[in-house]
Amino acid sequence: MGAQMRVYRQRIRSVQATKKITRAMELIAASRVVKAQQRVRESSPYARALTRAVSAVATFSNVDHPLTTESEEVRRAAVLVVTSDRGLAGAYSSSVLKESERLIGELKADGKEVTPFLVGRKAVAFYKFRKREYADEWTGFTDQPTFEVAREIGETLVAAFNRDHSEGGVDEVHIVFTRFVNMVSQEPDVIRMLPLEVVEGEEAPAEDDVLPLYEFEPSAEQVLDALLPKYVTARIYNCLLQAAASELASRQKAMKSATDNAEELIKKYTRLANQARQAEITQEISEIVGGASALADAS
Amino acid sequence: MSTLQVELVAADRKVWEGEAEMVQARTIDGELGILPGHTPLLGVLVEGEVRIKTGGSTAVATVDGGFLSVDRDKVIIVAEAVDASQIPA
Repeated sequence: MGAQMRVYRQRIRSVQATKKITRAMELIAASRVVKAQQRVRESSPYARALTRAVSAVATFSNVDHPLTTESEEVRRAAVLVVTSDRGLAGAYSSSVLKESERLIGELKADGKEVTPFLVGRKAVAFYKFRKREYADEWTGFTDQPTFEVAREIGETLVAAFNRDHSEGGVDEVHIVFTRFVNMVSQEPDVIRMLPLEVVEGEEAPAEDDVLPLYEFEPSAEQVLDALLPKYVTARIYNCLLQAAASELASRQKAMKSATDNAEELIKKYTRLANQARQAEITQEISEIVGGASALADAS
Repeated sequence: MSTLQVELVAADRKVWEGEAEMVQARTIDGELGILPGHTPLLGVLVEGEVRIKTGGSTAVATVDGGFLSVDRDKVIIVAEAVDASQIPA
């Protein structure tokens, strides 16, 4: 076998192995993304009940809560960046990081200090490589976030928000995550988490669905006190779940195109290998013919 | 007599949904019983048991705090974690 042909055969084998891997990753992501979407849906009754309760308290009492009050002077802002733990998901992590860089640039231009909080190994690697400071990190769960993690993040952020500026507290909290629009499109998005603006979920209440005059037990202040941190946690949990679904969807997409590219490469190398084989045969024949006619001429 | 529509919601799923005659839960202020026709109420729950009476039987679920809202005979019990292993589905 000619040297040229051996090289092509080797390439084909290696691309075939890669294709098997990317195909497997594509299938795994495809099955997980369905579960991730289901988790987003399953968390919505909780979020809806909480949102409704919070807006009921907000509507019927004029309670000012520290978590809803705008700080007069915003000197420091926290940014929670939600990326993935693993790569091979196309531009998923890098587009979130790009969005966060833009946001941080804007905040700095407004004269605010920025304290980053990171979710996912990719964000941590990004900050470590650039030797930048960050406040806290959470890793190791991004394709399957649990509510406990969301609660931990929520508690940390609320604590940072409640701390005084001189002790490293922040006056604003932003979240950069990837919104899951549908299977083909996921968009990096920024929301301002704190101070809270209570927003009704996607489904606005119907016209005749007036919030009743609630009694509060023990009191409106205490109910709000108990509800708001939960509300923050539920929003963060929702962000994490959407980010997980987006991560898996973009991994599926990236791996699909990797598999397609591998197929394309295999086809190309097979053609080249065939060509090389054919060239070798032609050469052999002409050598034999040449040799035979040389012998004939000699005798 | 009308009945209560009860929903038991945890952070990651809806645990249970159904009709009941009475719901008992423990709020910060103390034990609370809800019958049909109760005024709209929002109460903060403490860790403990929630009893849901249906027909002759009583279903018991354990919650880790959370809150409860009553509105037009619809009771929603919301907690981060709900252990409803004793409630038949």
